[in-house]
Amino acid sequence: MIRDVALVAGKDLRLEMRSRVGIGQVVPFALLVLLLFAFALDPERGVLDRVTSGLFWMVVLFCSVLFIQRSFGVEAEDGIIDALRLTGLSAPSIYIGKVAALVVELLALEVVLAVGVAIFYGTTFGGFPLLLTAAVAATLGIAGSGSVYGALSARLRTRDTLLPLLLLPLLAPVLIAATRAFEVGMGREAGQGWSWVALLGIFALIYLSLGALLFRPLMEDA
Amino acid sequence: MESVVHLRSAVAVLGRFPALAGVDLDVDPGEILLLRGPNGAGKTTMLRLCAGLTPLSSGEAVVLGVDLARQAHAVRRRVGLLGHATYLYDDLTVTENLDFWARASGATTADGRAALDRLGVAHRLWSLPVHALSAGQRRRVSFAAMVARRPELWLLDEPHAGLDAAGRDIIDGLMREASSVGATVLFASHELDRAGDVATRAVEIVGGTITSPAPPADAPLAAAVTP
Amino acid sequence: MTTTTSRAASPVPAAPTGTGSRVTRILGIASLVGVAVLVLYGLRISKEDAQLGETIRILYMHVPTVSAAYLAFVITAIGSVVYLWKRSEFWDLLAASSAEIGVLFFALTILNGMLWGKITWGVFWRWEPRLTTTAVLFLTYLGYLAARAIPTSTRTRGTISAVIGIMAVVNIPIVHKAVDWWRGLHQEKTIFGTVDPDMQGTQLFTAYLGLTVFMLIFAWLLIHRFRVAWLAERANDVGLDAALAERRAEGTPNVSANETADVSASETADVSGNESADVSGHESADKSAGAGLEGAR
Repeated sequence: MIRDVALVAGKDLRLEMRSRVGIGQVVPFALLVLLLFAFALDPERGVLDRVTSGLFWMVVLFCSVLFIQRSFGVEAEDGIIDALRLTGLSAPSIYIGKVAALVVELLALEVVLAVGVAIFYGTTFGGFPLLLTAAVAATLGIAGSGSVYGALSARLRTRDTLLPLLLLPLLAPVLIAATRAFEVGMGREAGQGWSWVALLGIFALIYLSLGALLFRPLMEDA
Repeated sequence: MESVVHLRSAVAVLGRFPALAGVDLDVDPGEILLLRGPNGAGKTTMLRLCAGLTPLSSGEAVVLGVDLARQAHAVRRRVGLLGHATYLYDDLTVTENLDFWARASGATTADGRAALDRLGVAHRLWSLPVHALSAGQRRRVSFAAMVARRPELWLLDEPHAGLDAAGRDIIDGLMREASSVGATVLFASHELDRAGDVATRAVEIVGGTITSPAPPADAPLAAAVTP
Repeated sequence: MTTTTSRAASPVPAAPTGTGSRVTRILGIASLVGVAVLVLYGLRISKEDAQLGETIRILYMHVPTVSAAYLAFVITAIGSVVYLWKRSEFWDLLAASSAEIGVLFFALTILNGMLWGKITWGVFWRWEPRLTTTAVLFLTYLGYLAARAIPTSTRTRGTISAVIGIMAVVNIPIVHKAVDWWRGLHQEKTIFGTVDPDMQGTQLFTAYLGLTVFMLIFAWLLIHRFRVAWLAERANDVGLDAALAERRAEGTPNVSANETADVSASETADVSGNESADVSGHESADKSAGAGLEGAR
C-alpha cells in the first residue's frame, strides 16, 4: 500500500511541478491577499502585526480550497476516474496519496506565506516548536477533510461554489485552534498552546480515518 | 467452454434512463465481437457494464467468472476499457503517463514502453506532454496504456475512430493477437467494412436490447453462432 | 415503511392523496394542545427568574429548539451511515428530511437567541460560545442542503449527502470544544445552558414541558416531510416504467397511434439494485402516440 500511496502522491506532485498551478497561481494569489489586507486594514505596522495569525490561517484556508479544486479537478476529466477505478489501486491508497501531495503543497505555501508576513507585516515569529507542530497538524486536518469534499464535488457542475461552502464551516475549529496556537507560540497570548495543538491533532486523526473509509463510496458514485 | 461474458435479461439504469433494457448475450473466449447499433442504443453502457463500472440494475451478468451483481469491482483490473476519453493526464508526458498507469495496474514501466512501441508512438513524442500531441497520437497512447495492462477482456468503443490507416492496421493486429492468446475482444464500431474484416461475430443492439445476433449482411464473417 | 409494492399488473395503484395518517393526526393535535399549554405556562403561570428576569421565558423555547436540532442531525448521521451500508432509499430520505428540519430548528434557535441578546445585551449578536457554535453548524448543514439540491442521479445524491452528513456530525463536538475554549475566556451572561438544575417548581416543569412539546412538533414535521419525499420518489419511478417501455420500442419499426403501452413488469430496480425487477425480454411495447419515437437520439 505504501508503494501505491507513493505512486499517487508522486503523480500529483509531478503534475503540480509540470503545470505550476501552485507556484504560478496560488502562491501569487496568497501574497496578493496579504497585500489586499494591508489596503483594507491599516498598514500602520501595529494593526497588521496584531492580526497576523488570523490572516495567515485565513489565507491558508482559501488557498487550500484552490489546491483541492485543482487536485481533484484534474481527476474529474478525460475519463480518468474510470481509468483509476480499473487499476488495482485501493480507494484508501488513492486518498492518502492525494492527501500527502496536498500536505506538501500546503506546507510549501505556508513557508512562503510566513516569509511574506514577516516582511510585509513586520511580524517576528518565535516559539517554533509550537508553531511548527500546529502548522503540520492543521495542514493534515485541512488536507484530510478537504480531500473528501474535493472528491465529492469534483464531478458536479457546481463544484467551484460547493467546495468552499462545505469545507470552510467544517474547518472553523481548525482556524480557531491554529490561530490561537500561533498567538500563544509567538507570545502574544497566554494560554495552553499545546491544548490547541492537541485539538488540531485530534481533528486530523478523525478526518484522515473517516476520509479513508468514505473514499471508496465516493469513487464509486460521485 | 465457459463464456467470458454471460448476460441474461441484463438491465442497466443510468439515473432514470434504462440504457440497457434486457440484454441476452454469450461471448466465448478468443472471440472478437462487433457491437453494432444506432447512436444511443446502449453500446457504450454495455461495454461499461462488462467493465464493472456501470452497476447492473437487474438480470444476470457474469464476466470472467465474476458475478457483476455482487462483486463488480473484482472484474475491473482484468479488463481494459477504451471509450471516447483519453484517460491520460494532459500535463504529464507520454512516458510519465504510461509509467503511472502501468504501475497502477500492476504492470511494469517496461510493459508501458513496449506498448508504446507496439502502437507505433514515435520516440520523439515520448517526452512531450500529452496535450501537445495530435488527437490521433493521443489515441495511440491511450491504447498503449490499455495494452500494457494485458487485459483478459478488451472493451473498445470505436477503436478505429481518430486513427490514420496505419493506426487502424495496428489496432486490427492487436485485436487479432489478443484473440490468439485467449483474450476476448468486444468492440463497438460504426465502421462496418473495417470492423467486419477483423470481427469473428457481430450483434446488433437497438433500444437497449440485442435485436439480432446475425452477421451484418455486407461483412464476410464466419457463420454466426447464436448465443 | 421500507417495503415497496411490486405492481404485478399495469394499472398503477391509487396514489395517496396526502401525507396524513392517524399517527400524524394524533401527534398534530397533541402538539397543538401542548403548545397552548406551554404558552400558558411559559408566559403566564411560571414566575420570572431571580437572575434573568422575564427573559428566562425564551429559554422555554430556546432549549427545545436547539435540542430538537441536535436530535435531527443525529438522525441524519444515523441515516447516512445506514444508507452507505444498505443503500436503501428509506434511510437516505430519512437523513435528508431530518436535516431539513434540523436546519429549520437551528434557524429558530439563532433567532430566539438573537432576540434574547437584544433584550439582555442590547445587541443582536455577541460572539459567545453557544451562538457562535450554532451559527457554524447552521452553515454546515446549509451546505448539506445545498449539495442535496444539485441535480444528479439518485444514487450520487444519496452518497454525497451521506458523506456530508457523516463528516458534519463528527465535527459537532469539535466545534463545541474549540469555540468554548476560544470564547470561554470571556465570561458572558448567558442562558444558553441546558436546563438549569437550580430551577424549581413551575419553571422546571415548564422547561420540560417545552422540551416535550417541541419533540412532538419535530416528530410530526419529520413524518410529513419524509412522506412527501417518499412520494416524490415514487412519482419519479412511474416515469421509469414508461421510459423502459419507450426505450424498448425504439427497435420496433411499426407504431400504431392508439395503442397503449403494455408493460407487464413489476417495478424496475433503481440504480442501487435493491429491488429486483422482472423485465421480460419478449415485450412488445406498442407505444401510445404521445411520445414521439426517434430511432436515433
